[in-house]
Amino acid sequence: MSDLVTGRTGDWEVVIGLEVHAQVSSKAKLFSGASASFGSAPNENVSLVDAAMPGMLPVINRECVYQAIRTGLGLKAQINLTSVFDRKNYFYADLPQGYQISQFKDPIVGEGSLRIVMADGSTRDIGIERLHLEQDAGKSMHDQHPTKSYIDLNRTGVALMEIVSRPDMRSAAEAAAYVRKLRSILRYLGTCDGNMEEGSLRADVNVSVRRPGGPLGTRTETKNLNSLRFIQLAIDHEVARQIEIIEDGGTIDQETRLFDTATGATRTMRSKEDAHDYRYFPDPDLLPMIVTQDEVDALASALPELPDDIRDRLMGEYGLSAYDAAVITEERDTARYYEAASDGRDRKLVANWMTVELFGALNKSGKSLENCPITPEKLGELVGLISDGTISGRIAKDVFADMFETGKGAAAIVDEKGLKQVSDSGAIETLIDQVLAANQDKVDDYRGGKDKLFGFFVGQVMKESGGQANPGMVNQILRSKLDGA
Amino acid sequence: MSDLLGLNAVAARDALDKKAISAVELATAYLGAAEATAGLNNYVALTADHALAMAAESDKRIASGEAGLLEGLPIGVKDLFCTKGVSSTACSNILKGFVPPYESTVTANLWAAGGVMLGKLNCDEFAMGSGNETSAYGPAINPWQGKDKVDLVPGGSSGGSASAVAARSALLATGTDTGGSIRQPAAFCGVVGLKPTYGRCSRWGIVAFASSLDQAGPFTRTVADNALMMTAMASHDAKDSTSTQTPLQDLIGAVGDGVKGMKIGVPKEYVMDGMDNEVVTLWEQGQAWLRDAGAELIDVSLPHTKYALPAYYIIAPAEASSNLARYDGVRYGMRVDAETLDGMYEATRAAGFGDEVQRRIMIGTYVLSAGYYDAYYLKAQKVRRLIKADFDAAFQTVDALLTPATPSAAFPVGRKIDDPVTNFLNDVFTVPANLAGLPGISVPGGVTSDGLPLGLQVLGRPFDEASLYRVAGVLEQAAGFTMTPARMAGGAA
Repeated sequence: MSDLVTGRTGDWEVVIGLEVHAQVSSKAKLFSGASASFGSAPNENVSLVDAAMPGMLPVINRECVYQAIRTGLGLKAQINLTSVFDRKNYFYADLPQGYQISQFKDPIVGEGSLRIVMADGSTRDIGIERLHLEQDAGKSMHDQHPTKSYIDLNRTGVALMEIVSRPDMRSAAEAAAYVRKLRSILRYLGTCDGNMEEGSLRADVNVSVRRPGGPLGTRTETKNLNSLRFIQLAIDHEVARQIEIIEDGGTIDQETRLFDTATGATRTMRSKEDAHDYRYFPDPDLLPMIVTQDEVDALASALPELPDDIRDRLMGEYGLSAYDAAVITEERDTARYYEAASDGRDRKLVANWMTVELFGALNKSGKSLENCPITPEKLGELVGLISDGTISGRIAKDVFADMFETGKGAAAIVDEKGLKQVSDSGAIETLIDQVLAANQDKVDDYRGGKDKLFGFFVGQVMKESGGQANPGMVNQILRSKLDGA
Repeated sequence: MSDLLGLNAVAARDALDKKAISAVELATAYLGAAEATAGLNNYVALTADHALAMAAESDKRIASGEAGLLEGLPIGVKDLFCTKGVSSTACSNILKGFVPPYESTVTANLWAAGGVMLGKLNCDEFAMGSGNETSAYGPAINPWQGKDKVDLVPGGSSGGSASAVAARSALLATGTDTGGSIRQPAAFCGVVGLKPTYGRCSRWGIVAFASSLDQAGPFTRTVADNALMMTAMASHDAKDSTSTQTPLQDLIGAVGDGVKGMKIGVPKEYVMDGMDNEVVTLWEQGQAWLRDAGAELIDVSLPHTKYALPAYYIIAPAEASSNLARYDGVRYGMRVDAETLDGMYEATRAAGFGDEVQRRIMIGTYVLSAGYYDAYYLKAQKVRRLIKADFDAAFQTVDALLTPATPSAAFPVGRKIDDPVTNFLNDVFTVPANLAGLPGISVPGGVTSDGLPLGLQVLGRPFDEASLYRVAGVLEQAAGFTMTPARMAGGAA
């Protein structure tokens, strides 16, 4: 699969790197005891430390450190037993300290990697450069008053993980797959809720273009994208913009850009010349952060099974397709549902029923797996009825719809409505004879060479049986009657 | 009891316990003393109501046999400490009117030990200065005078603290020491001042100047008083990540332990051009006193001493430039409105910060800037490690070091304010201990021919304040320093 983009003057290769900011799932903020919860009234979750009152000091929340380590382990990354918090200095109204506490030179997590799966089932490993912990800023609200800006410090000091990828992605689709996979790992680990709408997960995308195999081009950084769609739109726009500029003989400015969700275009936020000098230096209020190998080992041994491991198992042991396996393992809840539903059943068949019928029904009804009316055990029961020939796949769809509607069990519905498949060859033969007798003209046509009519007869027999005739047997008997006569 | 102000802290505690005096009487006497010496400008806020209410509580606890370590002792608090419900401004216009809803850990410890708060003491703005001349409240004055009767600085930055203890308008006072801000004013005012080991006292609730150097400590009239107050001030504090869990030694007991068998180092680098001869003479006298008391005096070398001051004047402003970013007019303190947010920052900070603070913010911003960081900040940190290594090596052979506290006695108000570099030189003997995080104490050793006090400094190993008190106790006794300043409350002199 080639990801090259064709311009007026030839092909271009797109180079993408992502910086993802993931809000750490924790009760309290990174350096204060204030609540890190979302949705409180403005300035409700603000401690003296968050408001940067005189003489206040940060104290690290160890749980946030553990969450970062868990994430690092999930990314198969190096965990740095010693890391350092630095101050990133700049003035803004929603930054009370006048600096953000971050990790600049010595992050808690070093190099790792993440495997993405594309729609065609192909995989690519994307390098992770680092993960560091930092404080979130507050929120400025400019639309509340005609002449004033309001500040909400609830988010101030909430722990973020900044996860920096290598510039290893070559298309918007890969970037989206990367974020989707990263989000999946974070949610499996329980280290970030991955809620992009609430801003728990946002991405800055670095994009450049170059001639295939040529030296890297100048990159731009588009900040703060909070949906997979916006990430892809921003990249596509940036790629088109950069190619056009270069093909017109221009050069790309290294700059920070903003994505306008209304127009789908990016625009300059600040140029390199206006870039802040953040005057990073180690925060003297905090000692270097030391974690022991024992602590890391304990966290590692308590780590849940991750999507890649489950996916490998699903493909290797259960024979699922790469794509089905990827879809089923994207969310921890989905994988758990699948494991429960397919236990002791035809694993591939359960996968089909989940990815097609179940996800379709959930989508259509706006429900999620969490409040799904069909329990995994009941879906397994349905598939079991198909496997043992009690009902046909066709009937199963009706039973499924009924189950989804009422929450009842599959066997109960089949019994109640008398949907049990007819596998009695005598009964089926009787039905077939009736259908053939009633459609003698078509029988003649068929025998005269119109092979395609076979489907018509099958359909008629199934219809007459109320869908309950065993379709395999119908096919077999029908064929012998039509062809053998 | 007629001479309430004449009692040192240990004596006052004794008199209180014996009910010879009451805490209310003592507080009343000190409040009166503060008013009588108001011309020294060492208080920026007197909290008489607090003092009398707290003293009344102390009297109750004394009566019920529940007296704390500092029960009933009147204490002045440097304005750098946040005190709940009481104006706390770091003597800066930018914090004018700021009344914190919280109490610093150190002052909370003092009140928990029964201390009585007299009020807030003058200091250099954000503790930046060596003469208490950068205060938004105007200079505090040294109660000592030379023959020419000219107003002298009390030293800085904790000038108000040293001045008040010397003038007997506070029995005890808190200070902070970032580059000598306790030890230098203690020496200038003839009182005892300790900078504990970095991490010994919590920094929580103290307005930050340079976080890696700041350390709170006690000002007292005597060494024994100092050990008493220090014992109450120190604590491990989970709210300060740099606070130590090392247990506190028996400091009160150490004061009288003597120096027999101790090895005292005399660093040859603690001399400088323009140093008063009288300072050198006192230093030699101090060595003789310790030798006479049974200590072994050993010449040592701290080869990187001369780089301490330049390193300090990079590291401290660098940290300060960041620590003071929070004073932006948005949430508390002064605000000067402007059309834009940046405009408001500029107008607020231009109006709110004095010249010295602005100078240090600019220096600090410069040395952290891209392209200069390695040459200044990073190099200064390397120097800092070398200075620490010098001390570590010396303490392999000696138990403590004896040095002069300052290169000269107190200087006239206004003389050095316009010459920042000369002003910086005041800290030459005190700064190395801050860079290395070591404890240091300044003890009055004698007076100059002009009648001004001079101090001796003792430096020790980390968390070995006990050795400092042993040495300081001997020096105090040998010096027999009984002189009192010209402008002292009660006029006992």
